[in-house]
Formats: sequence, C-alpha cells, structure tokens
Amino acid sequence: MIVRILNEGQFEVDGATMDRLEALDAELAVALAGGDEEQFQRALAALQTKVRSIGRPVDATTIVPSDLTLPAPGSTLAEVQDLLASEEVPEGEQTTTSNK
Amino acid sequence: MSVMKRLTGIVQAKANKALDRVEDPRETLDLSYEKQIEQLQQVRKGVADVATARKRIELQAKQLQDSATKLQGQARQALGQNREDLAREILGRRAAIATQLEGLKGQHEQLVQQEDRLVATTQQLEARVQAFRTQKETLKASYTAAQAQTKIGEAVSGISESMSDTGLAMQRAQDKIAQMQARAGAVDELLASGALTDLSGSSDPIQAELDKMTASSQVELELSQLKGEIAPAGPAGEIGAGAPAVTELAAGGAETAAAPAATAPGSAAEPESAAEPESAAEEEEPADGEPVEAAGDGPKKGSDDLFSLGGGAS
Repeated sequence: MIVRILNEGQFEVDGATMDRLEALDAELAVALAGGDEEQFQRALAALQTKVRSIGRPVDATTIVPSDLTLPAPGSTLAEVQDLLASEEVPEGEQTTTSNK
Repeated sequence: MSVMKRLTGIVQAKANKALDRVEDPRETLDLSYEKQIEQLQQVRKGVADVATARKRIELQAKQLQDSATKLQGQARQALGQNREDLAREILGRRAAIATQLEGLKGQHEQLVQQEDRLVATTQQLEARVQAFRTQKETLKASYTAAQAQTKIGEAVSGISESMSDTGLAMQRAQDKIAQMQARAGAVDELLASGALTDLSGSSDPIQAELDKMTASSQVELELSQLKGEIAPAGPAGEIGAGAPAVTELAAGGAETAAAPAATAPGSAAEPESAAEPESAAEEEEPADGEPVEAAGDGPKKGSDDLFSLGGGAS
C-alpha cells in the first residue's frame, strides 16, 4: 500500500498493518463530520505519526500513484473540509453534473 | 467512506483532468511532461514569493523594534522632565508595538514552515520529473498498445499526483501569504501614519513636546550663564558647563548605559554635573534614522529575538 502525506511524501505501508490506520481514519471522519477541530488535529497527528513510523519512505525517483492520501501536516479542519468539498464540485470544469 | 480514500481520489483527479482527452497514451506522456515543466516553473516562483513575504515580515519586525527602542528612550526622557503623563502615553504605544510584534512572530513561523515544506515538495517533484523523463522515453520505445497502456497510466497518474500535491502546497503557501498581507498592510499603515516610527521627526507631537521642553530649559540655562558672565562675581570657565545635564537626559533614553544619568533628577543648572560630552543629544537623532535601510537584506529566518521586545515596556 502506498500512502501519501500531502506536502510531505509517499510511504510504503504493509497491508497487514493497515487496520491500525483504518481505526484512526474512522476517528478523523467523525471529527470532520462533527466539525471538532481538536479531535481532528489529534486524529490527524496520530495518523501521520503512525504512517511515518510503520511506513518506508518511497524514493523520490519512483513514480507510483498512492492508494491512500493524508492531509498535509498542520492542515486545519476547514482546509480539509474545503478539499473534500472539491470532490463534488470540480472547479470550473465541464465534468460537473450540476443539472440533475 | 474513508477520508484517506476520498482524498486520494480528489488529489489524483485534480491533475488528471487535463489529460482526459488525449487518445494516444504516448501523447499523454509528452503532454504530461510539458505540464510538469510548466508546474516546476510556477512552483519555483511560488517559493520566491513566500521568501519575499517572509523577508517583508522580518523587515517590519526590525522597524517595529527600532520604534520600540526609540519610544523607550523617549519615555525615559519624558520621565526625566517630570512628564509622567507623557511617559505613560509613550509606553502605551510601545505596548501596542509589542502586540504587533507578537502577531508578526506567529505569521513568520507559519511562513517559514510553508517555505520549508514547499522547497522540500518541489525537490521531490524535480526528482520525479527527472525520472519521468527517462521513463517516458523507455515506455514510448517499447510501446505495444495493450501492455504499455497500464504502465503509462500508472506513470502518468503517479506523476500527476505529485504535481497535484505540489499544487496544493503552493496554494496553502499563497493562502498564508494572503493572511499575512492583511496584517502587513495594517503595520505599514501604522508605520506610515507616524504613530510608530519617525517619532524623532519634527512631525511627531511627542518629540516636539520633548524638544520644546529641552529647548526652553536650554534657553533658561544659557540665559543664566549669560547672566553669570555679565555679573562680575560669576565663576570663570563654567560657561556652557551646565548645559550637558539637560542634554544628558535627552540622550539617556537611547542607551541603557546612560540610565544613571537619567534617573538622577538633579537640577539642570547644577554646574558640577557637567562631565558628559555636550554633543550626545544632537548625535542621537540622525543615527536613529538610518538602520532601517540596513535591514534590506533581512536577517535570516528563525531569528526569534526579532519578534520580542527586550525589557519591560509597562
């Protein structure tokens, strides 16, 4: 599994240890949904620390897409919410299915 | 759905969009490479922008420091002339500067962080773009539609993701710059209005008042000296000797070394206290006007003492 921490780099993580990340990911989702900045920061920091400790950094000359992506270190809840919101509304592009 | 999965989709989609319409995978490689070069140029400019913003903050901090030092001196001067009310007002301004500096410090830290991240991300992207260039030629040479398509797809989306990441890093840095500019503008306005700097200039009411008081006691002093000269009983050789006691008070503000002189509330006309050189007060002002220019190159980032005022302001 390749995990990217935005603004930091990619890490290769063993599939076997993924469940530990998933629990933290779930907590991050709860914090995002509830708008709880403190919980969000805690979960995000824990996730990043975990990825760095169990993952091996991917060499910069290796070009490979990621399976999972984490927000950049120091991101605020609002920043990540904005980023996630861009999922529904691709900026100014024709791919938008706006007239449902 | 998992936050990490959603983000992955978003990041990859951001950069892939432009490549959607290309039919031949080999063209996709070339087009993607063009875009990478473009982005590298943009991101280098982005790094320069952040550095400029950081230097601006450092320059402002320096200006604020200079103002604070000057105000400290003026407060001492005012106290020496028994103008506690004026000293209080001056120290109030100095406290306002401390607040501004505190805000600048936080922004400076954030910018330094953004700058470091952006530089690191850019270096990674550079390495990948370099690797991509080699890989793309290999892929094109050994191209057989069915088999190469997957590999090309992977290389392209891998590099696209890196580009997208760099793009996001740039955006974050620009957001920080925008936040910073709002405050920087406010500080500039303060500086321009003369509320903080140029207090030694004639346009500044505080300095004008101090100058007036100094000047009038100087007049009194010279007057009494002249009187002494005319009166035959006056001790010879003491003309002008009384003056330094007043200018000393004025000069005392700038340097802490002169503090003892400023705290001694001896009457200005006392002839015995005439040890200091007379020119001290006059030299102070031109010297204070200059150092701002010297800050043009800016201190290196991380110079924390730039953002705090030494000594108690209140």
